[in-house]
Amino acid sequence: MGVMTYAQAARLALHQEMQRDPRVWALGEDIGPEGGVAGQYLDLQREFGRNRIVDTPISESTIMGSAIGAAICGTRPVVELRYADFGLCAADEIVNQAAKARYMLGGQVRVPVVIRQPIGFREGMAAQHSQSTEAWWVHIPGLVVVAPATPADNHALLKAAIRSDDPVIYMEHKELWTSTGEVDAEAAPAALGRAAIRREGRDLTLVTWSGMLGDCLAAADAAQAQGVSIEVIDLRTLWPWDRDTVFDSVARTGRLLVVHQAVKVGGFGAEIAAEVAEHLFRTLRCAPRRLGAPRTPVPYSQPLEALCRVTPAQVASCALAMVAGT
Amino acid sequence: MSLPLGLSVERIHAMYQRMLLMRAFDEHAGNARRDNRLRGSVHEYIGQEAIAAGVCAVLTERDYISSYHRGHGHCIAKGADPAAMMLEIYGKAGGVCGGKGGSMHVADFSRGILGANGVVADGVTIAVGAAQAVRLLGEDRIVVAFFGDGALNRGPMLEALNWAKVYDLPILFVCEDNGYSDHTRTPSVTAGPGIVARAEAFGIPADSIDGNDLLAVACSAALLVGEVRAGKGPRFLHATTCRWRGHLALDLGLYRDPQEVAGHAAQDPIARITTWLLGNGVAHSTLDEDATVASARVAAAAAIAEAAPCPGAGELFTDVQDAGAPSWA
Repeated sequence: MGVMTYAQAARLALHQEMQRDPRVWALGEDIGPEGGVAGQYLDLQREFGRNRIVDTPISESTIMGSAIGAAICGTRPVVELRYADFGLCAADEIVNQAAKARYMLGGQVRVPVVIRQPIGFREGMAAQHSQSTEAWWVHIPGLVVVAPATPADNHALLKAAIRSDDPVIYMEHKELWTSTGEVDAEAAPAALGRAAIRREGRDLTLVTWSGMLGDCLAAADAAQAQGVSIEVIDLRTLWPWDRDTVFDSVARTGRLLVVHQAVKVGGFGAEIAAEVAEHLFRTLRCAPRRLGAPRTPVPYSQPLEALCRVTPAQVASCALAMVAGT
Repeated sequence: MSLPLGLSVERIHAMYQRMLLMRAFDEHAGNARRDNRLRGSVHEYIGQEAIAAGVCAVLTERDYISSYHRGHGHCIAKGADPAAMMLEIYGKAGGVCGGKGGSMHVADFSRGILGANGVVADGVTIAVGAAQAVRLLGEDRIVVAFFGDGALNRGPMLEALNWAKVYDLPILFVCEDNGYSDHTRTPSVTAGPGIVARAEAFGIPADSIDGNDLLAVACSAALLVGEVRAGKGPRFLHATTCRWRGHLALDLGLYRDPQEVAGHAAQDPIARITTWLLGNGVAHSTLDEDATVASARVAAAAAIAEAAPCPGAGELFTDVQDAGAPSWA
């Protein structure tokens, strides 16, 4: 065990997987001498060489397309797209090729590629560098979508993603890069599709992931001071998502609140709320609720950006109102 | 007659036989689509056969190719089984992709065929990635990317040319220039001094040939593939040709000048190489028999495909993904 940052944990996972399997390699902009925007590739090129840590031109379509070609020809690429916003420059290759190749080619081939697309707000990065697009990818059959919230998970889930034979959209949160936590370097790859109950509670189930986990735990502390006990579930993987853990919790608490940083409209919270309403309607004590960003581009100006953020106070207040039946 | 680059009358004759098979296959496919025995998009390769035949003849079974929407010919040239291809385009069980891909997604990885593709230029970026894998794994193969002239106006194509040269990858780009981007004349929507100039702008040596002349294709391909195999980096082959039919089987091509279409027959790559073979000692009766064999093979494949069962409903959910696979629940 050791304390490290979220970025260091991801670097550790990639380092271990590259040592373990010579077919694993990474490609993207500025991952060589620069070591990635958050140091998540620091010094890896020095150790593994320029053929396995490949600095690329700013050519997202070909970064992604070539990773797919290399994946169907016997290697296991890790694609760095820097920000989820730039993942949209490679959306065709992800959606039309990576997600479909195995199916439309009749199972002749698999596409073992990890597609790293960090999401979320980060200190005034504004409209084109702040988006949380996880729900877009969940909608595409063939893709796995992962969103780690802790350093330990960024280690164990990245290992799992690299070993997966499915194309995995791997969404780190930019504001978590410097967060610290205990990481067991020997930890086994995490199971994809398994949520974690981060805090047990009786009165309400709060489902969240990625950058909102910390704020949701703070909200649960605040609610506890008011006598309301919140169970906080970190989803960890959005597709497949852990229906069993969520359903089991909601069956106990009778209340569901989903919190994400992505725009609320059409966000993944809608899917969870709808599934819970369809399957657990009779056990619900109040309507499921969602908290997310307003449907606006992310503004640059600090007070305006702050208005787009779901705060711990909002989460606590929403949870208390749900429990109070108001 | 002596031919350069290890080519021989026998090898050219074998290429000719493949061309006959491509022609017969797509004659059937186009007609079957027009009769509504097939579904979806069918893009006939008729008139362009010399390019796939000449290029694939100088490849090994281990070499990779990627193709595009007009992909039947490349698959046949690279050795895919026409019977399994026919089952595929009929959407039947036993198709080379289990009936789930269809005409635009024919692939056979056992033959190094990474697939036709429904998105223009996407097969090209996949091909450079295949070349990157070959490099990383230290394998003894090269990659050929087939694409049309329309692809040269897509960003990923230009990215891929730059990429291939930056990393000096073992890849041959083959542009089949039939003059059309779907239903539009390519020159009418293309700036600059031409296709070869685009390749050369990236420092990639290019050759431009008459793609209806099998000998020219085979000689140029042999030379360029040899250079790629020798580790000299990417090469580009620009082959002009004629698309005899519409963009799709159902496209009547009313936007085309009838005189232009009437001129295609004079460029027929099969007729031209037939003349050459006759002049180089291959008997008329042999060539006639070749044509009969190709037609019979396609007819037999079609008869089997038409009678074959469709995939069972259980196939709907297979091969989507391992984690989070679909279910009716």
